[in-house]
Amino acid sequence: MEHIRTPKVEKVRLLDRSSGQRKVSIGTLYLSATHTIFVENNPETRKETWVLHSMVSSVERPPTTPAGSQLILRCKDFRVFQILIPQERDCLDVHASLVRLSRPEKYSELYCLSFNPNANKEERQESWSFIDLMADYKRMGVPNNLWVSTAANSEYRVCDTYPSELFVPRSATPATIVGSSRFRSRGRFPALSYFHQDTLAAVCRCSQPLSGFSGRCQEDEVMLQAVMKSNPGSDFIYVVDTRPKLNAMANRAAGKGYENEDHYTNIKLQFIGIENIHVMRSSQQKIIDVGEMRSPSMTDFLWGLENSGWLKHIKAILDAGVFITRAVADEGVSVLVHCSDGWDRTAQACSVASILLDPFYRTIKGLTVLIERDWVSFGHKFSHRYSHLDGDPKEVSPVIDQFLECVWQLSEQFPCAFEFNERFLIAIHTHVYSCQYGTFLGNCQKERRDMRLRERSHSVWPQLWKDRAEFTNPLYKAELSQSQGILRPNTTPYCFKMWKGLYNHVEKSTPPRQSPADFLSAVREESQQLEEELTNHQEKIAALTGKPITWENIEVPRRTRHLRYRHSGPDPPTFADPITSPAHENTRTLSSEPANRKAQTQDPSHSPPVGLQLDPEDLSACSDLESGVADLSSRSSSGGDDSKDPDLE
Amino acid sequence: MEFAELIKTPRVDGVVLHRPFMPTVEGTLCLTGHHLILSSRQDNTEELWLLHSNIDSIEKRFVGSLGSIIVKCKDLRVIQLDIPGMEECLNIASSIEALSTLDSISLMYPFFYRPMFEVIEDGWNSFLPQDAFKDLESMVWTDEWRLSEVNKDFSVCPSYPPLVAVPKDIDDDSLKKVATFRHGGRFPVLSYYHKKNGMVMMRAGQPLTGTNGRRCKEDEKLINATLRPGKRGYIIDTRTINVAQQAKARGGGFESEGNYPQWRRIHKAIERSNVLQESLIKLVEACNDQSHSMDRWLSKLEASNWQTHVKEVLTTACLAAQCIDREGASVLVHGTEGTDSTLLVTSLAQIILDPACRTIKGFQNLVEREWLQAGHPFQQRCAQSAYSNSKPRLEAPVFLLFLDGVWQILRQFPCSFEFTESLLVLLFEHAYASQFGTFLGNSAAGRAKLSLPEKTVSLWSWVNRPQELERLTNPLYEANSLVIWPSVAPQSLLLWEGVFLRWNRSSKSLDEAYDEMVHIIEYNKELQNKVNTLRRQLAQLETEDPLLHTP
Repeated sequence: MEHIRTPKVEKVRLLDRSSGQRKVSIGTLYLSATHTIFVENNPETRKETWVLHSMVSSVERPPTTPAGSQLILRCKDFRVFQILIPQERDCLDVHASLVRLSRPEKYSELYCLSFNPNANKEERQESWSFIDLMADYKRMGVPNNLWVSTAANSEYRVCDTYPSELFVPRSATPATIVGSSRFRSRGRFPALSYFHQDTLAAVCRCSQPLSGFSGRCQEDEVMLQAVMKSNPGSDFIYVVDTRPKLNAMANRAAGKGYENEDHYTNIKLQFIGIENIHVMRSSQQKIIDVGEMRSPSMTDFLWGLENSGWLKHIKAILDAGVFITRAVADEGVSVLVHCSDGWDRTAQACSVASILLDPFYRTIKGLTVLIERDWVSFGHKFSHRYSHLDGDPKEVSPVIDQFLECVWQLSEQFPCAFEFNERFLIAIHTHVYSCQYGTFLGNCQKERRDMRLRERSHSVWPQLWKDRAEFTNPLYKAELSQSQGILRPNTTPYCFKMWKGLYNHVEKSTPPRQSPADFLSAVREESQQLEEELTNHQEKIAALTGKPITWENIEVPRRTRHLRYRHSGPDPPTFADPITSPAHENTRTLSSEPANRKAQTQDPSHSPPVGLQLDPEDLSACSDLESGVADLSSRSSSGGDDSKDPDLE
Repeated sequence: MEFAELIKTPRVDGVVLHRPFMPTVEGTLCLTGHHLILSSRQDNTEELWLLHSNIDSIEKRFVGSLGSIIVKCKDLRVIQLDIPGMEECLNIASSIEALSTLDSISLMYPFFYRPMFEVIEDGWNSFLPQDAFKDLESMVWTDEWRLSEVNKDFSVCPSYPPLVAVPKDIDDDSLKKVATFRHGGRFPVLSYYHKKNGMVMMRAGQPLTGTNGRRCKEDEKLINATLRPGKRGYIIDTRTINVAQQAKARGGGFESEGNYPQWRRIHKAIERSNVLQESLIKLVEACNDQSHSMDRWLSKLEASNWQTHVKEVLTTACLAAQCIDREGASVLVHGTEGTDSTLLVTSLAQIILDPACRTIKGFQNLVEREWLQAGHPFQQRCAQSAYSNSKPRLEAPVFLLFLDGVWQILRQFPCSFEFTESLLVLLFEHAYASQFGTFLGNSAAGRAKLSLPEKTVSLWSWVNRPQELERLTNPLYEANSLVIWPSVAPQSLLLWEGVFLRWNRSSKSLDEAYDEMVHIIEYNKELQNKVNTLRRQLAQLETEDPLLHTP
């Protein structure tokens, strides 16, 4: 509390720029230990806006205007708030407070360690046992006669950024492991990420070798041999270096680098060319800017998209996953993945490959397990990458954002393959940054253990699981071919789209547009109720008539419409293609009211827009304005949004 | 002329057909007067039936004695035929070239086609001009508007239908005078009547003011007759002010403030047809090259300008709709001829404003009224598509741009349209190549001369059969009586994959998703029926046996 200079300022004007609104609301601004809260004066709505301090990425103070002093709050979920404070002194105070509050220096200042949800000790402990990684290894058939658990890293003796429980090839001795780890950046020796039971091939991960120009290490060579030997079906392994080859070569000068194919028998080296965290950071900033452009022309927009390079990077990551998937599933060859330290690009490539290889990771539970394994347990540096504490800005990079986006791009290509919807991905994205839960705190397992996070905070997963109804994709169907087996995405550039749900808040909140997905969810829910009612009625009727219940199955013949080239008789084809269903666009909207979405268009009773504009740009502004109207009313009346927005809890 | 003269080799065996995302088929290739047919002559293997008129261009390649013909179609599909024997290949290629570029309309397939389906409703009678405004007749409308037969022999305006709606106070003689003052004789006529507030949208050709500012009192009187006392109207000129200025030198022009003081003129920038054609060619080329890097793809997409055109026409349509619905003002839309960009604006504005246009029948009606009857020269515009090697003359994808605009709105309001994207794709295909006569000719006059209703089958006869309607019906549809305002921000406008990437990616998982969606909805309906039956049964049992209620 000592950082709050002014807890309350009145007559403040707030503009939620990211919502596409042009309407300013007047109200009172409060600063609490955890949130900035804005309460609208309008007695009818009293709309509240809560912004968690840990979600604030920057607080800018543009020059004072005659109307007052301004603040611009940029959030880590890409929302932007513009605040106008009448008195400059108040503004300075709020600014100073927010700057300090949004950059905690110690973990103990973080929300999850100060915030005590109404849950007792048992619940807290239970929340941490929600995910059992060992059970997942078991699900994939590990340990077995090829892959075994190793105690080498218990107490984090060999590698302090690895988990304590790891799986390695059966033939790898402790001496091999230790020797190999000495030859790898940060001691991150090759360990199992995913075992593919169908082909017995495995995805392994590590960091770059400390090879320099000529260095070699016998134990490391033995280790890679061991990985190969743990796959009886093949006589070589792929080593996938996810960096651009130039970067990998440059590392040799620093005594690091990549495997020399002459020293290792039976490896094939493959570079993928995913750029480093610095390139990604600046690329994301550019795509955020594209999302925030006001009334851009089509040229501005497409040029901005190209210039950001963002989709190119997303494609590179997906391509890495596709390469690994082909090797493992089609060739039956094991793959060892690394980058420099093996905690960013390696995590991306391995987890994307798992999504493509194994349908389990396309379920709600499966995705949480996957993130827990490839990201949390393998030491992805969450606190550094997502700036949980005030630290080195060069360490910050949207690494997991890119993984989540790859999953989103896949879900656009395979609308029935994922049990979860876009909202789930965005919820995870928010929590990675929000520090409301202990799950993503710290930079590795050891750090989390030392912080005793399990005793002091809660895990996010049970919370998300509880809300799973809201995160469920109504089109998901485990029996469909795309939900089973390997996913084989098309990675031609035109298959990638800007993720508007994340980067374009204007679109996100534009009129509660109609969402087929939400509509279908509502229909499915209704069907469930009808099924129950049907059973009830049948039982009652049976009781009344004394006749046994005749259970009838409701069967609806499936219409299949793959008529691309079909025709009948001498008539030439008149069938148009059953092209894109509207459904594949469906996960765009983010709102929590499924049932009433369908009929929502702007109500004509809402105030007419500004006078007629001659400028084409202003016309789109006009649409935006209307959307603003619709949006405002839906938010204030329902509170539905609030319940799922962690900032507003 | 006999087709047989053009077919040098009617049959070749051992031809291999390659199609994207389909297994190759080996079989016999046959050329008929109107079709290219490839059949493996085995059951359960698909055959290829391709209308010659669907072929946009062909390329020949030879490796030894094996020739290949790459056939590029107007629906943007590209297929390859491997033909053993150089002579056969050359013969087939030259026959296809000749048959796909026949000049005479009367040799077109629709004049030979006999339907194999039962015609339930003759499409030629589905949308008669006299019915176009029928539902308005009971309203105030009849006090202000009338149907005029001034053009019944197409002499006043060759591109107008015989029957047009005009202000009641303007007599036919005045209309004839106005026609001389408007490009192509296209005097202002009613395009849309907004029931909600009685405002109207009219369309016309440009006024022929020329450099010396010619004026026409009747023209002024005509359009002023549509204004409410004291109200102003808006003229939307689809050209930039510069282009409109330049038109004066060629006898055209625009309405000056001095002569039309009650009207406010707004200039927009919808490109002319040859620019659109170039844009389409560039776009399709970009979509077909799978070797592009991300940067190159995005830069080619941008350079094609197609998405810019989509944004521009939607923006202008929104503007027109806004004038009518929000400003409560009447609107007159024109460009130069009034047969292309004008129709884009008036028809898209109606999609936004009028819920009836978002039904299957209503949409057909809109296409009939605002495109076919309104004189969009389909024959000229759709003679060639994106693969044409010849220099475009009159070709332009104006209608495709309209369909793209509708698709964008449909995508933003997926529950407000009774039809799915399939109907739009179907119209795109049939506008370019069809067994039906609907899109033949350039105007109502041209179609009358060809006696199309007597000699050909209407596309609407095919579409309005229960099987086809079921296929085109949007399972998510729920009638929405409101005006729907699409977002025209570039981020909200997507590339129409269903047309431009249709042959470049597998649609399997998307089809699966669509089937799943339909299944969820049909299952729900079935359950509802079942539950309702049981409810009634239960209620009946309970009333029949009141004893059961007392314990």
